[in-house]
Amino acid sequence: MKETPLSNCERRFLLRAVEERKRLDGRQSYDYRNVRISFGADYGCCIVELGRTRVLGQVSCELVSPKLNRATEGILFFNLELSPMAAPAFEPGRQPELLVKLNRLLERCLRNSKCIDTESLCVVAGVKVWQIRVDLHLLNHDGNIIDAASIAAIVALCHFRRPDVSVQGEEVTLYTPEERDPVPLSIHHMPICVSFAFFQQGTYLLVDPSEREERVMDGLLVIAMNKHREICTIQSSGGIMLLKDQVLRCSKITGVKVAEITELIQKALENDRKVRKEGGKFGFAESIPNQKISAFKMERAPVDTNDVEEQAEEIIMKADPPSDFVAKPILRMPGTAQIGEGLENSWGDFEESEREEEEEGNSDDATTSGGQKMETEEINIVSKTKKDDDTIILSDSEEEEVVILEPEETHKKTRTHTTAKQENSSKKAFNKKRKKKRATH
Amino acid sequence: MAGLELLSDEGYRVDGRRAGELRKVRARMGVFAKADGSAYIEQGNTKALAVVYGPHEMRGSRSKALHDRALVNCQYSMATFSTGERKRRPHGDRKSSELTLHLKQTFEAAILTQLYPRSQIDIYVQILQADGGNYCACVNAATLATIDAGIPMRDYVCASSAGFIEDTPLADLNYVEEAAGGPQVALALLPKSDQIALLEMNSRLHEDHLEQVIEAASKACKDVYAVLDQVVRDHVHEVTTLLGE
Repeated sequence: MKETPLSNCERRFLLRAVEERKRLDGRQSYDYRNVRISFGADYGCCIVELGRTRVLGQVSCELVSPKLNRATEGILFFNLELSPMAAPAFEPGRQPELLVKLNRLLERCLRNSKCIDTESLCVVAGVKVWQIRVDLHLLNHDGNIIDAASIAAIVALCHFRRPDVSVQGEEVTLYTPEERDPVPLSIHHMPICVSFAFFQQGTYLLVDPSEREERVMDGLLVIAMNKHREICTIQSSGGIMLLKDQVLRCSKITGVKVAEITELIQKALENDRKVRKEGGKFGFAESIPNQKISAFKMERAPVDTNDVEEQAEEIIMKADPPSDFVAKPILRMPGTAQIGEGLENSWGDFEESEREEEEEGNSDDATTSGGQKMETEEINIVSKTKKDDDTIILSDSEEEEVVILEPEETHKKTRTHTTAKQENSSKKAFNKKRKKKRATH
Repeated sequence: MAGLELLSDEGYRVDGRRAGELRKVRARMGVFAKADGSAYIEQGNTKALAVVYGPHEMRGSRSKALHDRALVNCQYSMATFSTGERKRRPHGDRKSSELTLHLKQTFEAAILTQLYPRSQIDIYVQILQADGGNYCACVNAATLATIDAGIPMRDYVCASSAGFIEDTPLADLNYVEEAAGGPQVALALLPKSDQIALLEMNSRLHEDHLEQVIEAASKACKDVYAVLDQVVRDHVHEVTTLLGE
């Protein structure tokens, strides 16, 4: 199934939001989504959630003969799988460009940075070495797969324990976990990828883009770093032109984010170790509450709702009390009905009608002298007669008239006003309305 | 690394270069008659051929056509005899597909693709001999071939690699320096505007040194630019005198 294209409307909306430095999930430009790590019952199995992007990592090992040119080094193998389970656009059995890119990026991030001591995986030089296989499965795609996958890979590797072996002469003995405790891999450092999305040819920058943001971005920059602030991989992609300063700024941000994530990973690993040692319950079934598995997982909006009620009350206190008049239905002509006067803009009408009065005075003078003005006056008269038909209905709703004509006054005031001099005001309203109509002609 | 001294105390590298020095670059344009544009480049012992076809109508599936710009189609391959051990697959493995992607990305950024909507530009690059800096040689060769084909670009795309050994940034790494496992940066630059079309880094490098290394790589790119520009000018001169006769 092909990916549903984004409508122009949606695209514009997203780009506009980026321009206004707003994000749909309420994050700031440089904010990372919440990272959640849970471990399976077995060693070397974990699920990493980055917002709603979920990646399952599983490490396995096997004794194999080494590569010819590297007789004393173990083999590391990474495989990221994008199944249609995660998003309908991923087709099974094909290696699209995205997958090649992600897999290579993972390999470069974790293997080329030498974060794992491959020489310690050698059992008998040139004969037997450990092959460590890291399988990563994307379970849900909500953007930024590479960051989630890199975290999942390193967490799974840190969590993994391989069976202990001993070598006596030519013989290799493999011990089951019951005989001897399995041994962890020796890991030198933990490289973690951080992605940056660029918009509008690099004008705007977002950390950890979500799926929607990824679809409208111009380009992506991925920087992998460890907590010692050593860069392990940089990769720019997409047709953007970067400047050196942008790259340097991104590397600074990466340093901060990586420090936070590393701390989180270490905490998660520590927790898991403690639980296992104490013989508590562990594994996915324990660490993932029921509702987290279902698609109906509701996330709380990251808005502070602590003293919302007080705030709301304050606002209500400050605000004007609502007017309590009820619009009456008006019958303009048989077969039509309407409530209130509709969308008649009344603001500034008062001054306008005042001006009208002045002008009228002038024009009255003019009628005696100039013939040209006579014509306009005539038109006015015509409009007046026209108006007369309307006024019958208009006078029905005096209250409303007043509201329209004196917008500066509060509703309360107008109400008392109308009740006191209802007749008077209705007349006034009538007059003013007429004048206003005349002005429009 | 294992006793091999990559930078001597006197400041010389394994092949006798200084830290910021490039290998000898030799290039020729218009090496194939049938292609729209072609070029051959040697950077030290790394040799690459590039061929450009297009812009032409979409071949294969028309559904791939882009309505607002041209599709850039790239293929990177390595001759089976290009490396020390004979290669079994000239293209299609993970590394080659990645380089194909990178080339595509670089040239999508550099070529004015919006001038040729619904059409296709093919760039085929082959490494004849691999001695480090394969990606860079490919980009430089493809730039010359694209110019030879007369396809408008924003600027020349020049690529160069850089490493970092003993607190010194090294420009244009050869195979021995690459294989030592030190940090390496590959940079594709548009030299006039200093814009980075592609940036790639491997292995480990401390953040504080990043600027120095990028600086060294962009300096190397500008040196490459000077050579490429001269090659293009010589080629045009040659062609015009031939036509004039």
